[in-house]
Amino acid sequence: MNTEEAKDFYLARCADHEREKARGAESWTGEIRRDAIARFAALGFPTTRDEEWRYTSVAPIVKIPFAPAKGAADGIAGRQIEELGDAAANRLVFVNGKFSAPLSRLGPLPSGVIACSLAAAMSERRDKVEPHWGRYAGYRDQCFVALNTALADDGAFLFVPPRAVVEAPIHCVFISTAGNEATAAHPRSLIVLDGGSRATVVESYLNFDQTVYFNNAVTEVVVGNDGVLDHYKIQLESERAFHVATQQAQLGRGANFSSHSIALGGALTRNDVNAALDGEGGDCTLNGLYLTYGQQHVDNHTRIDHVQPRCTSRELYKGIMGGRSRGVFNGKIYVHKTAEKTDARQTNRNLLLSEEAWIDTKPQLEIYNNDVKCSHGSTIGQLDEDALFYLRARGIDPQAAIGLLTRGFAADITGRIKSASVARWVEKLLTEKIDLLSTDRGKL
Amino acid sequence: MLTIKNLHAKADGNEILRGIDLTVNAGEVHAIMGPNGSGKSTLAHILAGREGYEITAGEVIYEGKDLLQMPPEERAREGIFLAFQYPVEIPGVNTTYFLKAALNAIRKHRGLPELDAMDFLALVKEKIKIVDMDQSLLNRPINEGFSGGEKKRNEVFQMALLDPKLAILDETDSGLDIDALKVVAGGVNALRGKERSMIVITHYQRLLDYIVPDYVHVLSDGRIVKSGDKRLAFELEEKGYAWLEVQPGS
Repeated sequence: MNTEEAKDFYLARCADHEREKARGAESWTGEIRRDAIARFAALGFPTTRDEEWRYTSVAPIVKIPFAPAKGAADGIAGRQIEELGDAAANRLVFVNGKFSAPLSRLGPLPSGVIACSLAAAMSERRDKVEPHWGRYAGYRDQCFVALNTALADDGAFLFVPPRAVVEAPIHCVFISTAGNEATAAHPRSLIVLDGGSRATVVESYLNFDQTVYFNNAVTEVVVGNDGVLDHYKIQLESERAFHVATQQAQLGRGANFSSHSIALGGALTRNDVNAALDGEGGDCTLNGLYLTYGQQHVDNHTRIDHVQPRCTSRELYKGIMGGRSRGVFNGKIYVHKTAEKTDARQTNRNLLLSEEAWIDTKPQLEIYNNDVKCSHGSTIGQLDEDALFYLRARGIDPQAAIGLLTRGFAADITGRIKSASVARWVEKLLTEKIDLLSTDRGKL
Repeated sequence: MLTIKNLHAKADGNEILRGIDLTVNAGEVHAIMGPNGSGKSTLAHILAGREGYEITAGEVIYEGKDLLQMPPEERAREGIFLAFQYPVEIPGVNTTYFLKAALNAIRKHRGLPELDAMDFLALVKEKIKIVDMDQSLLNRPINEGFSGGEKKRNEVFQMALLDPKLAILDETDSGLDIDALKVVAGGVNALRGKERSMIVITHYQRLLDYIVPDYVHVLSDGRIVKSGDKRLAFELEEKGYAWLEVQPGS
């Protein structure tokens, strides 16, 4: 399909979906869905002439006529979920975009906490969903968010009432297991922390059979006044899959939000992580780690809006690129006129492990207030030859030495993962991927 | 143990070594002295296998094998240890993890069983004593935030742990105050033995007050211009390197 054909193809899907939703308990979403369809029709798919998509062509996604994902499929062994270990002790599992009750498991939660599928919450707890759903992620100007808003079916929902503390991480596992045909899913999640509450959420995208599919995910996050949310996203899609995702966080007064975005899979990945500091004294941390090899492409876009005074933001994204892979970092800090005493710092560091690997990095500051402290910077480098020789001179073979140095480069990010079970899991995944970098599959 | 014959080497097109001949037998300690730019560190790096040098003539035989054909990690496993003049800081790589990986790579090569975490820590506790080093440094990334003295102690500690046959100490005295120098030299002396040879590279005679060599060689402009016993070092201290440069090739 070309771009126009693809637009018509998806518009037909949207119309079918809208008719179906209009009959059910989610009919209240109709207005926003119809608005999103209209916006998608007007926007169409982006091209590399579009500034926000300059380094990433969506042609490979557009040309495939993905069938709608058909929800829970057989063949996902509980064993594969068990392998996630402690990191997934509390979990909501989604297979091909649909909630799977048999694979999910939740320990006791504080009273008033709701953790369930968003589809269920939309019909049964409309009071908790409607004030937020579709209110933050920008479907009016972002094509893929519009498409998700129109086609969204299921995803995770977490509501934490005021002052409640959820200790163990809640892990939202999205598994894709395409059968014979390539399918697309539009997972949609909503996380709402009311005033003074705390939680840790892991959102992971996994695949066990290296198939072709497309995940177009949107997660909306609300952290109320003085709430604390640690969010981890682990993207471990198939090497042949497409992953486009937007995470939009809305932070209240004194709220503390940390996002850790770990991208380790996918043929083509586009991650938008956005946060709005919309209450005085909010604190936002965006950490990211992307590792690519072979011919993978990963594009990280972040935007932090400092709307209110005395907010702090810290951002560190680190990239490891091997083979002929390509990475993009585009980070924007936008300080509004109203945001005096903003303290913002942004850093992007990249390690290129091969001659053919490529990174485009573009840190951006837009500042409309004079009383602020902002800095940004980016670096691109290769492995330190002196360090490599030091390790080899102690008897360590070159491959192991490269692995040690690469893990050392990533340690800045993995070391900031606060949950011990998540940290262990990420370390394990990272080690497997770093080992792959030196194989033929990693180099081609 | 080590025989260097007519070694010539270039770096960036410049000839740095212009015909080095040196034989080191088991248990001997050889000091190599010389002014800045004489080729001392280049020789150390070439022996350890550092890339970036072009060997234009000569050979190095180590225990009957052609050393120059071996990659650096194989040299280390065969028992060569270089104590670096400027130990590199490696952020993110835990020192204990690194040392265990290094020791086990060497043990495996020697046909010894790999050590588990418990046995490894016991060995560390024993070996760290000889340089009086704070063991908590090993929980940090390699050399990160170490003082100059701590870095040098760490080098000698690694030498003790990895138990080499031939240790090359590249200006281990540089940047050390007299107390640290005594500790480091004491550590080196504790490791002297009938089976272990050492090449001690230094600019100053000072170190040789504490590590007393069997032989002293003076390197100048890429050649060994004079060899002798420890008295040569005292003579150099008195007369300076200029004394040698007026009578080259002796």
